[in-house]
Amino acid sequence: MRSRMRTFVSALALATGIAATSLSTPAFADPAPDVGNWQSVLDQARGQTVYWHAWGGEPRINDYIAWAGEQVRERYGVEVVQVKLTDTADAVTRVLSEKTAGVDDGGAVDMIWINGENFAAMKRNDLLFGPWAEQTPNFAYVDVEGKPTVVNDFTVPTDGLEAPWGMAQVSFYYDTAKLDDVPKSAQELLEWLVKHPGRFTYPQPPNYMGSTFLKQILTELVEDPSVLQQPADETDAKATLAPLWGYLEDLQPLLWRDGQAYPQNGASMRTLLADNEVDIAFSFSSGEVSSAIEAFELPDTVRSYVFENGTLGNTNFVAIPYNASAKAGAVVLADFLMSPEAQLRKQDPQYWGADTVLAMDKLPKDMQEAFANLDLGIASLAPSERGTVLPEPHPSWMSLVETEWQKRYGVVQ
Amino acid sequence: MLRFVPILTIVLMIGPVSAGLIGTVLPAFGILPALGGTTPSLDPWQALFAQPGLDASIRLSFVNGLIATAISVAIVMLFCAAWQGTRIFRAMQRVLSPILSVPHATAAFGLAFLIAPSGWIVRLVAQFAGWDRPPDIAIIHDPWGMALIAGLVAKEIPFLFLMTLSALPQADTDRTAQVTATLGYGKTAGWFKATLPRVYPQIRLPVLAVLAYSTSVVDVAIILAPTTPAPLAVRILGWLSDPDLGLRFMASSAAVLQLLIVIAAMVVWIAGERIIGALGRHWAEDGHRFRKDSAVRGASALLALEAAGAVVLGLAVLLVWSVAGFWAFPDLLPRGFSLRLWARELDAIGSSLTTTLLIGIPAVLVAVTLVLGCLENEVRTGKAAGRRAMLLIYLPLLMPQISFMFGLQVFFTLLGLERTLLSVVLGHLVFVAPYVFLSLSEPFRALDPRYGQTALCLGASPARTFWLVRLPLLTRAVLTAAAVGLAVTVGQYLPTLLIGAGRFATVTTEAVALASGGDRRMIGIYGLLQMVLPFVGFALTLLIPAVLFRNRRGMGAQNKG
Amino acid sequence: MPETLKNGLELRDVRVRLDGRELVAVDLTIAPGEIVTLMGPSGSGKSSLLGHICGTLPDTFDVTGEVVLNGTPLAGLTPQERHVGILFQDDLLFPHLSVGGNLAFALPSHIKGRGNRHARVEAALSSAEMDGFYDRDPATLSGGQRARVALMRVLLSEPCALLLDEPFSKLDSGLRSQIRSFVFDLCRKNSLPTLMVTHDPDDGEAAGGRVIKID
Repeated sequence: MRSRMRTFVSALALATGIAATSLSTPAFADPAPDVGNWQSVLDQARGQTVYWHAWGGEPRINDYIAWAGEQVRERYGVEVVQVKLTDTADAVTRVLSEKTAGVDDGGAVDMIWINGENFAAMKRNDLLFGPWAEQTPNFAYVDVEGKPTVVNDFTVPTDGLEAPWGMAQVSFYYDTAKLDDVPKSAQELLEWLVKHPGRFTYPQPPNYMGSTFLKQILTELVEDPSVLQQPADETDAKATLAPLWGYLEDLQPLLWRDGQAYPQNGASMRTLLADNEVDIAFSFSSGEVSSAIEAFELPDTVRSYVFENGTLGNTNFVAIPYNASAKAGAVVLADFLMSPEAQLRKQDPQYWGADTVLAMDKLPKDMQEAFANLDLGIASLAPSERGTVLPEPHPSWMSLVETEWQKRYGVVQ
Repeated sequence: MLRFVPILTIVLMIGPVSAGLIGTVLPAFGILPALGGTTPSLDPWQALFAQPGLDASIRLSFVNGLIATAISVAIVMLFCAAWQGTRIFRAMQRVLSPILSVPHATAAFGLAFLIAPSGWIVRLVAQFAGWDRPPDIAIIHDPWGMALIAGLVAKEIPFLFLMTLSALPQADTDRTAQVTATLGYGKTAGWFKATLPRVYPQIRLPVLAVLAYSTSVVDVAIILAPTTPAPLAVRILGWLSDPDLGLRFMASSAAVLQLLIVIAAMVVWIAGERIIGALGRHWAEDGHRFRKDSAVRGASALLALEAAGAVVLGLAVLLVWSVAGFWAFPDLLPRGFSLRLWARELDAIGSSLTTTLLIGIPAVLVAVTLVLGCLENEVRTGKAAGRRAMLLIYLPLLMPQISFMFGLQVFFTLLGLERTLLSVVLGHLVFVAPYVFLSLSEPFRALDPRYGQTALCLGASPARTFWLVRLPLLTRAVLTAAAVGLAVTVGQYLPTLLIGAGRFATVTTEAVALASGGDRRMIGIYGLLQMVLPFVGFALTLLIPAVLFRNRRGMGAQNKG
Repeated sequence: MPETLKNGLELRDVRVRLDGRELVAVDLTIAPGEIVTLMGPSGSGKSSLLGHICGTLPDTFDVTGEVVLNGTPLAGLTPQERHVGILFQDDLLFPHLSVGGNLAFALPSHIKGRGNRHARVEAALSSAEMDGFYDRDPATLSGGQRARVALMRVLLSEPCALLLDEPFSKLDSGLRSQIRSFVFDLCRKNSLPTLMVTHDPDDGEAAGGRVIKID
């Protein structure tokens, strides 16, 4: 098939007057780095340019990425260019289209900020390079024991195909100037909405934040949460999901716009809170809420909190596509991102405000102190305030919930 | 050499589009080896038709596209009929031209910030009504897609108006108006009965382009259209970016379906043209004069002003947001102002403006060169027969972008040209050249051929005649076409991102990425920054001829056509 | 120059057809300095005939017969190689060039040297009684002045024959006779074989040459 496609394309190329001599791939093959021999990785990385495909919707995050790029350029001679995406899946699509075109070397994407379904899909379709992540020097600091999600991405074992970069945990937020009493469980939320109809909503699934809300409810309502850790098709999925649909049956008519319209993503839900269209919203990082106050997006009376029985938490990662052009450079960059120095800056809400993946007790003393002394920001939750971190269900549950939600509530006309 | 320019141009348009289409049609029938699709099948279609709400999505795309186009055309025609040749008409011309440089998404955001339940208009009402919460009603993302229609209409009116303007001189409208007036017809009725039949055929292509765009629009739809379900094109984009790669097959068949919807909309439109044409002939001959048409004239001016006003006010809200501190509902203005975000972005903006020009200038230069080549060839060979073939150049305008973008990306990757400047420029060219052709062909063909004949008979070679006579006479038309082209290349998001593999960070790719963060301040800043280059472009088209021909009074009249 | 003009302009059984319909058919010889008038209603293909002679007629027209200028058949020559000048009812001065620029545009390149070329243009202006108009914007001229500049422009291009396509129909009557004699005098003075098409009988009368009516 591929050769026939090539013939067709070269004919087209000739017809379009484009020199067909350029049919071979532009960049030359990048040999897989020997991650066990760190010096060889550093040597190979020097002079490479890493095109890092990362969501670009948050200027503070973009600034942090630029800072990290500067650091690895100065220290290791690796150039970093952030390709700002609106959606991580765009990078996945790119790798896929390259595989379609037979570009198995010299691909355009060197590193992706990724987790969950996107990772599972790339892993399943053999679109990733590795294993490499667990052999890098700074992985030694990672809190594998205390934070099991750093090696299990939505229950899918990372197998060294991606390196943990940050922790995320669902937290809710509200304006203390307008609200005294907040619901602290799925059931309380429903009761609260009966009294305050239209004052809550969630982003429309399959948006990531919207699906996360559904999974949060599911995890709370399901009788045996451990079922959610297995692939959905190996269980009685229908029975497992029944409580969720029963709950939504009551919740949906009470939502903002009567559940006929939804915010597109977490950011537009934040805007609704700022405009006093809703009273409660949620985010994957309480530091993000502090940042939003700093950026005038929210009033400074907004505060975060979590549900009594815990909220979903996960880890986000960086991965390297199988056909990346600068694999060694990407490995060096990923290792730097896991360094105590980079993680400290990442947790500082002045720069970003996202939680570290590192284990405090593995760090040198001065670093432990530095982390302890961070001012986390007015709307951020300290680790002690965060309650239980609930594990993410297996990705197959997410697909199932999204599909079924679309059928039940995605079409209201 | 010149003989080959039309062929080359058409190949440069058709080549990428058909390659892109093949790359979409094959997966639609199950062929996509990278995902293990090697045998043809109809599974993607079955999966597509099993999607909940597909009929509603199709209806939204199809009906809203037709309605938005019909309203835009109606308002523009009505306004031209009622006001052509008056001072108000010229004033409107001055207001609408700069609006062309406003990107669709910017205009849509502006409109959303204006009319949303938490928008400026409701805030104004809230002052008197004493509301402290925005009303819980769906003004944008409304189930009927009326906000989407409003957004499309506001942005398409300036485009159709300027296209009509360039068609007017050839229909000898001023004298026709005199004739109908002396025969006792009201201004509006006279225009519809005598001038419209001659003007419409000339703006038909732009109208069809508007129809194709409105039926398959993505960016404006994301901002204004309903989401339960969304119009088809928006859902395709969602499926294309779903982590489940298996959805690519279904997304491809949906992209083919989108193309069919556009074609169906065009068929309906053309059938409508025929019917209205037939009814119109009877109406034209029935002798009714409609002498008193001041109400219609007033209404048409109001509608056109409203459309322009919505865009301009929307821009004003964007500007306020871009410098806003915290801005609570129902405050009319933010509690504080800050230039901090502007200052931060201005540091970064330099390189993305450079990249935008690095792609835009070659694309525009090549497009203008090709189009001039095609038109000059037409003059030299004196063949009108080639004109029919030149219609092929418009193919990319009539084709939904989403139906061939993924295929186009694969095509450039196969050529090994992906992420080179060359391929990005070629990708932009596909969209720039048709607009340049659209904008330049009328004035070029309208230029009195006797100028050229005179020059030749004075002994000048065809080349000299082109460079020293035709080109200078068309200075403003060429510059306008270039400015239109620049506005088009600046606005390209998907082609830049997909073909350039993210290597080319333009103002628009930055804007769209930052807009995904949802901060209205950033949307305001980048919405306005996106306008800068097109606006400068349009300003230069006024400035350059004014300076160049400051002592040539005859050039003013010459270039209006 | 005069000796090459001895044969004048010959139209040997020239027939112009469009879509199989014959528009015009002529067979005539115009001597140097002679002005022949072709009269006929509009739409009779007169202008097409002129277009054919100067080589700018689109090839959608079907033309038979031969056009010979000073013994050279014009078939196959490009318009710029034919040395046939033409004046339309509009002066068609290039609005982007000055008056002098319009004239210099016509001046053949074998006349070299800036000063020399400038002088030639000034001389032409002077003979049209328009001294000092070199830098003027054509849009600021009166109708009569424009007509004169248009004629001077044709003459500066050193034509071997001149075609006039209803050249006076847009001038008001007072000006018309004045410009007419200006043009005709110069045609004769330069010994140009001249073919004029018009539907104004006065034009033909003023030209004082043969008048051929077509229908």
